Amino acid sequence: MPTDLPNGPRSGASIAVRDLHVAYGGTRVLHGVSIDFTPGSFTALLGSSGCGKTTLLRSLSGFVPVQSGSIVVGGQDVASLPPEKRGMAMVFQSYALWPHMTVLQNIGYGLKLRGVSRAEIATKVSAMLAMLGLSGYEDRKVTALSGGQRQRVALGRALAIDPGILLLDEPLSNLDAKIRMVMRHEIRAIQQRLGLTAVHVTHDREEAMTMADRLVIMQAGTIAQVGTPEEVYDRPATAFVANFMGAENVLPLRVARSEAGASFSTGDATALVSSEAAQALPAGEAVAYFRDDVARLDAADAVAGGDLLVPGRIAARAYPGGVYRYRVEAAGRQITVDDADRHELGTTIGLRIPLQRLHIFPASEAGIAA
Amino acid sequence: MTRIASSARTVLAVSLLVAFAFVLIGPLLNLALWSVAERWYTPFKLPVTYGTRYWEQVFRPTGDAMASLGTSIWIAVLTVVFALALSIPAGYALARLKLPMRALFMLMFLLPQAFPSVAIYINVARIFYQIGINGTVFAVVLVHAAHGLVFSVWIAAAAFAAVDRDLELAARNMGASPLRAFFTVTLPLAAPGIIASGIFVFLESLDEFTGTFFVGVPQVTTLPLLLYNAAMGGNYQVASITALILLVPSVLFMLFIERFLRADVLAKVGA
Repeated sequence: MPTDLPNGPRSGASIAVRDLHVAYGGTRVLHGVSIDFTPGSFTALLGSSGCGKTTLLRSLSGFVPVQSGSIVVGGQDVASLPPEKRGMAMVFQSYALWPHMTVLQNIGYGLKLRGVSRAEIATKVSAMLAMLGLSGYEDRKVTALSGGQRQRVALGRALAIDPGILLLDEPLSNLDAKIRMVMRHEIRAIQQRLGLTAVHVTHDREEAMTMADRLVIMQAGTIAQVGTPEEVYDRPATAFVANFMGAENVLPLRVARSEAGASFSTGDATALVSSEAAQALPAGEAVAYFRDDVARLDAADAVAGGDLLVPGRIAARAYPGGVYRYRVEAAGRQITVDDADRHELGTTIGLRIPLQRLHIFPASEAGIAA
Repeated sequence: MTRIASSARTVLAVSLLVAFAFVLIGPLLNLALWSVAERWYTPFKLPVTYGTRYWEQVFRPTGDAMASLGTSIWIAVLTVVFALALSIPAGYALARLKLPMRALFMLMFLLPQAFPSVAIYINVARIFYQIGINGTVFAVVLVHAAHGLVFSVWIAAAAFAAVDRDLELAARNMGASPLRAFFTVTLPLAAPGIIASGIFVFLESLDEFTGTFFVGVPQVTTLPLLLYNAAMGGNYQVASITALILLVPSVLFMLFIERFLRADVLAKVGA
């Protein structure tokens, strides 16, 4: 209900980042990043540690000096402005709540700076606390709060100043799993209600996919892929993205083109694809990535049909619950596969992988991730 | 067998503790005894007559002791103001900014401690004579501050380094100017360490003898100088009472440190 909100619905600002270069000391961290954030969008910056996602967020907020490039917020280039003039509110990984202040003072700090009267601050903070489910906590010391409560206060502090842009720096990583799930939905719901432009940094794939409209996968200081969660998950643009999004099984392939289409082979297995599907495939040496849950175990002499059937041998088995998880040696590689049936170790099987679930990249490009 | 060993250990521990307590408290007891001894001479092991005559003499409003206590406190307060005015910005810079030769700066403040103080003060006194400030409170404050800066700068740097940088950035992010963020977030959080360093400088100044002797005498008489004069004049009672007065702030300081100073600040001193 928008009427519950301290300040009513408002719309987020747009951000346009152009050719951003950032270096720490002598080390270059961002190598020319360009990306747009539309008003009201929720974008997750995703990547492994050291990829530059936190640096990108901190250069948006003004904590990290920019070497070159521009950050345009609502028509104004803020790249050279100090943090206090950027109109962005950040939620820190450590929450960064001021331990010498109460909850009221923490959330009211930004309002006090803006010359809001004491009575008005009290009203706004109490409305904010009501929205965050912390009514009556005004006079608590922040050091006396639990992790989840601190997180809410940090969010409240950021939202209190009516920011057009909300920056989230791994805000959920210090919470335990159950509260994390709740906070994911709460942050997303608040962002939607207020129409804020949110930029969320995380290394948690599931968190990024459930919260964001759009994922930005970063790798070594550049953007590897931008897209909706479905696009990035189902159609990774590079071998790195495929691997990062969970397609951790790797099979070396050899693709041979012919008039009828293309055939690709790995070890002793061969599969044929029609000519229209073959257009997208690289020729020659290639590498295929696929997820644990797309492959099935079948008899070694089963009919391949439209799938790739790779002969292999079961090397290990574990039962994580629901399905069995096998490690299969096939085509000289260790492959992890989930299957509902129990098989004995050492059994020779056929690894059945639907062709459309393979992400195939040229071997030269895949070298970095494989 | 083990029972004998364990009781022997207990006896040893207790006797060591008693010996330690004697070394620590013995001289203080002697001071206390002297302060209430109106007559005490050999061969008597304890004072012959007890009384508070000398306490009255020391605390008489017109007495030398009260005047020099006043001077001592005034000098100590000025020294603290002077030292903090320098060590707050210096400590912040040393903790936050990437200074080249940071270690050199830290060592520079240690220099006044590194050389024999008499050699230094005799030269300082000569220079002060030349510029005509010898024998002034200002000169004594300068000497005390130079001595106290090493502690105040090192402790202030540690106190600022213990404040998480994100706390400061969060204030900037909320719209605070650098100065505003410093005064509303950084300084209040570093305050216990800064206050401790101030108290330390205060105590050092209150206790300082050599420098005051060279640049202050005869115009400036502080409590330690009075104590020295009384002891040299054979007036052990006044000397003891003066010493006891000097003890009070130290004890209060220890209580403060124990109560307010966090281990993570102490761990960063000199780092």
